Amino acid sequence: MTKKTNDISISGFHKISEIIKTVFTYIILVFVALLVIVPIVWIVGSSFNSSSSLMSASAIPENPTIVHYKELFGETKFAFWYFNTLKIAVINMIISVILTMLSSYVFSRFSFKGKKLGLLSIMVLQMFPGFMGMMAVYNILAQMNLLNTHFGLILTYAAGQIPYNIWLVKGYMGNIPRSLDEAAKLDGAGSVRIFVTIILPLTKPIITFVALSQFMAPWMDFIFPRMILSSDTKKTLAIGLYDMISSDTNNNFTMFAAGAVLVAVPITILYVCLQKYLIQGIMAGANKA
Amino acid sequence: MADVKRKNPAAAGGLSAVIWGAGQFYNGQRLKAVILFVCQICFVIISPHLFQGVKGLITLGEVERVTKGRKVIEQGDNSILLMIMGLTWLFIMLVFLTVYFGQIMDAVKLARQFNQAHFLPEGREWLKRVSHKGFPYAVLAPTICLVLLFVVVPIIFGFLIAFTNYSVPNYVPPKHLVDWVGFTNFQDMFKLPMWNDTFWGVAVWTIIWAVLSTLTCFFGGLMMAILINSKCVKFKKFWRTIYILPWAIPGMISLLIFRNMFNGQFGAINVFLRSHGMISQNIQWLSDPTLAKIVILVVNFWLGFPYFMALMSGVMTSISQEVVEAARIDGANPKQEFRHITLPLVLYTTAPLLIMSFANNFNNFNTIYFLTDGNPINPTYKYAGSTDILITWIYKLTKDNGQYNMASVMSILVFMVIASISTANFLRTKSFKEEDMMG
Repeated sequence: MTKKTNDISISGFHKISEIIKTVFTYIILVFVALLVIVPIVWIVGSSFNSSSSLMSASAIPENPTIVHYKELFGETKFAFWYFNTLKIAVINMIISVILTMLSSYVFSRFSFKGKKLGLLSIMVLQMFPGFMGMMAVYNILAQMNLLNTHFGLILTYAAGQIPYNIWLVKGYMGNIPRSLDEAAKLDGAGSVRIFVTIILPLTKPIITFVALSQFMAPWMDFIFPRMILSSDTKKTLAIGLYDMISSDTNNNFTMFAAGAVLVAVPITILYVCLQKYLIQGIMAGANKA
Repeated sequence: MADVKRKNPAAAGGLSAVIWGAGQFYNGQRLKAVILFVCQICFVIISPHLFQGVKGLITLGEVERVTKGRKVIEQGDNSILLMIMGLTWLFIMLVFLTVYFGQIMDAVKLARQFNQAHFLPEGREWLKRVSHKGFPYAVLAPTICLVLLFVVVPIIFGFLIAFTNYSVPNYVPPKHLVDWVGFTNFQDMFKLPMWNDTFWGVAVWTIIWAVLSTLTCFFGGLMMAILINSKCVKFKKFWRTIYILPWAIPGMISLLIFRNMFNGQFGAINVFLRSHGMISQNIQWLSDPTLAKIVILVVNFWLGFPYFMALMSGVMTSISQEVVEAARIDGANPKQEFRHITLPLVLYTTAPLLIMSFANNFNNFNTIYFLTDGNPINPTYKYAGSTDILITWIYKLTKDNGQYNMASVMSILVFMVIASISTANFLRTKSFKEEDMMG
């Protein structure tokens, strides 16, 4: 008898502690969620404020207005910046994916003289932070008459990430069994056909990762566009938005908020939808690093 | 005719050493010989440029610009261009040298091969073989050119600048010439008190920053992942999507938003605290050195924990159910299951990311530059503010102050840190032990 009551009291105690744990967990979850959301709500709210100063910017505007969105397109070159960034992002993505895929395929599946040297150089090069060659890139672009052109910026982006991307994708391809290639070869398929019909479909997750990260880079990068692009109509969003609020007068704040919302919304949606691929890519990189 | 059937390898090699392709011609490979000869003609045509280029790299220019008032009388040499062009020519020269020695060895090798097989591929047959063998090179060519020009040459240039006096105000091309100065800059960095103090001050903060920012995000992410994945939580996907937002929003935008929220005069945080009577005076979030550092770490936590949370959550949901079942059958309670299966697995798979994240934070330009610009100003520092880390200091030295040589010295030091971390990380990963690594 005593044993049974003991059991009941233990499970009762267990239940209470379980409830306390659940409540506690939810308190933390809600608290952190608030911390995450408050700045976001604040900036979205600010963009609809009627006054334009930082001082009076509030999360819940009294007289909501879309005037700042209109200003953004009327008074600044925001539309240009947006289009420029999109263009640079797309072209950079295409060039990077093509070069990375082809080079990784060759490094993964062919043996040729200089391969070891090539792989070793890639490994060393991917350790260098991109800014290290800043001055030289500037001068080289100047020599090629590519300063203040988007093409110059695209080349810089694409080239800079190639070593890391090849390293990543080559590692991923290494996990695709060679027996698949050999079977296809026996069926008379050439290198190009093997690449298109076997390697490409199987590397889709890592291609998506490379494509996505190359697409994202121009939206946030500051150093290179600042250095390469000088005219107002050629700027990218990062430069445009930064200049809007880095000046001493804080009167552009709400306009910046409107711009931030317009940039952040599509990028955020893209990220959330494709997070699966991002996580896969990062883990692949970690285990091959 | 015995002598027709035999080729002398030494003769073939010797011929090729004088005239490119001559040995191949002697071996009977006419098409190859013609192609190699064309290469030699190209080499002869561009050789003046090659030697000029390499000479420029060594001297960094000899003729100083002469001006009279505002008029430029004599253009003079531009040391920096000479250096970059010199490096590029050096690589082109390397290519030609490889071809040159390659064709000599090829002539010798094929002469021997001929003596054994009495046959060498020629004409179409040869072209077919070459195109097969050359496939990898043809595919890699555009990548190699792009990487050489935009990555390798700039990096070497960046290194070399550390050994010159390229700096504002007295040594800026095209107005002045730049010279090699050996290790003077390194000595200045560690001997001149102004440079030395700044370097150590900034370096110590960089390390503290990198360690704390990585650890806070790592364990914060771990905690959130554990909470979301605990059994009592409903709507896991909903919570995860909320917490992922800081990772998904472009970092630069969030940072600029926080910069404004923490603005000492008009920022939303001060306005909020004041209107609720919690403070009577504005808090100078970003103008007080210590407070600014704390704010940076807090904001970075906001930005950074979702990354680890997402990854760890992914690992937790992918833990094989078989392992968990087996543990349960062995009588493991949920606590033991967590401590002995989930946690070790999560830590094991994310440990490399911890190291990579440390390396990234070490060079986290965006967080510092967009939040504080490296400010507040520190009067005892040379060209650096109180919250500057090495990378933002390098950026300021280059962009705002024209101290290119000192920036380059620092880049080399930063590179050494990052490279040793990456190498250590690489050595401990499994892929290194796999023979496929280089295979």
